[in-house]
Amino acid sequence: MTERLPRSKKIKTIIGEFGITIALLAEIALFSSLSPYFFTAENILNVTLQTSIIAIIAAGMTFVILTAGIDLSVGAMIAFSGVIATSVLKVDLPFTISFPLALCAGLLVGIFSGSLAGMFVTRFNITPFIVTLSLMTIWRGASYMYTDGRPIWGLPDEFSFLGSGRVFGVPIPTIIMICVYVVAYTILKHTKFGRYVYAVGGNKEAARLAGINVGRTLLSVYMISGALAAISGVLLASRMNSGQPNAGLMYEMDVIAAVVVGGTSLFGGRGTIVGTFLGAMLIGILRNGLNLLNVGSYVQMVILGIVILAAVLLDQIRRK
Amino acid sequence: MSLLQMQNIRKQYPGVLALSEVNFELRAGEVHCLLGENGAGKSTLMKVLSGAIKKDGGAVLIDGKDVDFNSPADSQRAGIGIIYQDFKLVPELTVAENILLGNEPTKGKSPFVDFNKMHEIARASLAQLGEEISTTAVVSSLSVAQRQIVEIAKSISKKVRILAMDEPSAALTEIELKNLFAVIRKLKMESVGIIYISHRLEEIFEIGDRLTVLRDGKFIHSCNVAESDRRSLVRWMVGRELEQEYPKVELKRGEEILRIENLNAGILKDINLNVYRGEILGFSGLVGAGRSELARVIFGADRKENGSMYLEGKEIYPKSPREAIDLGIGLLTEDRNKYGLIMQMNVRENISLSNLHSVVKGFFINRSKENLVADKFTNDLRIKTPSIEQEVENLSGGNRQKVVLARWLFTRSKLLIFDEPTVGIDVGVKYEIYNLINQLAKDGIGVIVISSDLPELLGISDRVAVMCEGKLTGVLSRSEATQEKIMMLATGGKLEAAHD
Ligand SMILES: Nc1ncnc2c1ncn2[C@@H]1O[C@H](COP(=O)(O)OP(=O)(O)OP(=O)(O)O)[C@@H](O)[C@H]1O
Ligand SMILES: [Mg+2]
Repeated sequence: MTERLPRSKKIKTIIGEFGITIALLAEIALFSSLSPYFFTAENILNVTLQTSIIAIIAAGMTFVILTAGIDLSVGAMIAFSGVIATSVLKVDLPFTISFPLALCAGLLVGIFSGSLAGMFVTRFNITPFIVTLSLMTIWRGASYMYTDGRPIWGLPDEFSFLGSGRVFGVPIPTIIMICVYVVAYTILKHTKFGRYVYAVGGNKEAARLAGINVGRTLLSVYMISGALAAISGVLLASRMNSGQPNAGLMYEMDVIAAVVVGGTSLFGGRGTIVGTFLGAMLIGILRNGLNLLNVGSYVQMVILGIVILAAVLLDQIRRK
Repeated sequence: MSLLQMQNIRKQYPGVLALSEVNFELRAGEVHCLLGENGAGKSTLMKVLSGAIKKDGGAVLIDGKDVDFNSPADSQRAGIGIIYQDFKLVPELTVAENILLGNEPTKGKSPFVDFNKMHEIARASLAQLGEEISTTAVVSSLSVAQRQIVEIAKSISKKVRILAMDEPSAALTEIELKNLFAVIRKLKMESVGIIYISHRLEEIFEIGDRLTVLRDGKFIHSCNVAESDRRSLVRWMVGRELEQEYPKVELKRGEEILRIENLNAGILKDINLNVYRGEILGFSGLVGAGRSELARVIFGADRKENGSMYLEGKEIYPKSPREAIDLGIGLLTEDRNKYGLIMQMNVRENISLSNLHSVVKGFFINRSKENLVADKFTNDLRIKTPSIEQEVENLSGGNRQKVVLARWLFTRSKLLIFDEPTVGIDVGVKYEIYNLINQLAKDGIGVIVISSDLPELLGISDRVAVMCEGKLTGVLSRSEATQEKIMMLATGGKLEAAHD
């Protein structure tokens, strides 16, 4: 009566997780046949590097969307944490001291923004869409105000190692991304908190009556999202070796697309972190491949839109 | 000729054969009861009839003509009305808007809705049920019973030839039930064919003309109600005999576990109450009497205005369900779909949800421990599911209820409040749940059972508390309690010597 998994269900989850895997493989096959350079170790690493910023934020976004929320402020947070961190690096201190300070400062604004979002959502019952939309314009504006609209240049050379350096040939952002995903996977799959995230997203009132602290759970997911956006912001600043107030413009769209393409329901309660990773890679590879084929950026936008629609459609069909 | 014939109906879900070669026949002007254990396939058969799900085989004939409904809209046009087990009301709309959803009266031929007429029609169909629910109330603000009544009103507001009711009485008390039966009798006179699904067997004998029993998706038996009795019904449904209905063990009442003094909250007025270890305290009252409200206040889901509560002699102030659970209080809420289950989660995750820390090791959930717990309850309560990994959304109504029940049994509380614990549960499992509740009492747990099923309440309680309009109107001991006395107190009448 209670064997672990019924066969039908097993097949369904395999298709579920493989649905996007198949799309991913098809994409890789297509680009490999079109461009000899595409399927080289160097380019693969390159893709992971280029995708890492989006992917890291998408991991946090998965938590938020699982609770049936949304975080639109992540793109602006990239810029804000970036300019804050780089401005700390400009302070006349040895790099070994200013660097950790800069990291902490960047991370702190991310967590602060997340807790603001969480507080407005839980305490004052304002919809996440509106709360994070406001935060988005606030942080973007704050970034321009803080820098007078000019990028922060002239950073210590060592700083660029974070975003552009490699360890055993692997880009550091790629390594950070992998760590983020391992931790996020473990939390969602194997901890109480992870279970609560799904429960709150599935049925808030039932979760409360089951003894779950809904407010604390929601607050936490926005803090996670803010923190990961801030980390990405510092990484991006390091790659550009400057603090750009217009960094990360519209990134929230790519991030949300990655999560949704990865099979997470915008209504909450359903989705996986593995799906998000594959979703981010699907989008990242698409961009990389189209670039290699010299497809213009306008056409790229159209193609990306079509691919997102197709992926979500596929997911819908599978569910039926 | 029969009004409706369903022949050799087959429905296969992933891992579950829900219906295999089922035959069912309905005549005009009869009440045909559909019976069977939880998961027998009753609701599935109704969904096949309405076109809500696609059948994998068999034929549906109306007036002898083959019909094939692809959607509920199709079947509605053919004069079939269905009250689903889990309501299909739109919570954000008003009562009137729900009752006439898809059927809105318009001003002449214009596209504008005639709201006056709409409320008029809605009021009329509610009046038939003897109900005075405001037609402008938003459905989400209604109690389960009221929503059930709205659902029934919705189905009788249309002209139907076939009306299928999937457990319409589950949340109703005696008085509402009487009104429902009156309406059913009236529809019979108009030669509507009625399919009636219920787990309360008394109702079958009161309202049914014929009956059909399913077991494990198979047709078992069909006959006139008059040719059957309770014993044979149970035998057809469960496949074996049940000795007695209410296994009652006499226990010595222990010390006090909960004391409530002068409690006021919302509609609750001046409640004073004691609950003791090792006793089962039943709670009776009409819909809206405040029983669930009291339970929610004790459980910290709602706040009290004043008064005090003592658990094991110590004053408590539960401000949230979490705090109440930590104090050792559990509440199985009514309306499992809205307030109980997380539909997207599977059986295992729903069972362990309120007591996760006991299956956590260090930072992580210990899956083998969690599996063990889920397996144990799935077996103990005979939850019918292909595996503990099945999402509860795919379980039948009664089996969903068992999952929530399992969750609360697993919290190992000192005081457990069950709000309508046997709603939608079949006779066989009811018996086991009574045994479980007895066992809880024996283990020294204080048990409060709120139920609209009077025979059940009389059968299992040591004392019966009765509420009326937010007030506690009396507490009867097991020997004093009778249906009449309880109804008297529930409707606001006075008894001479009502004490505890
Ligand atoms: N969407 C679904 N996916 C998979 N299995 C399902 C689905 N819906 C129902 N089932 C299974 O089909 C069987 C019949 O379910 P059904 O809801 O018809 O039972 P029922 O007789 O109405 O029971 P109850 O008295 O508990 O309401 C059950 O075993 C149930 O688990
Ligand atoms: Mg059912």
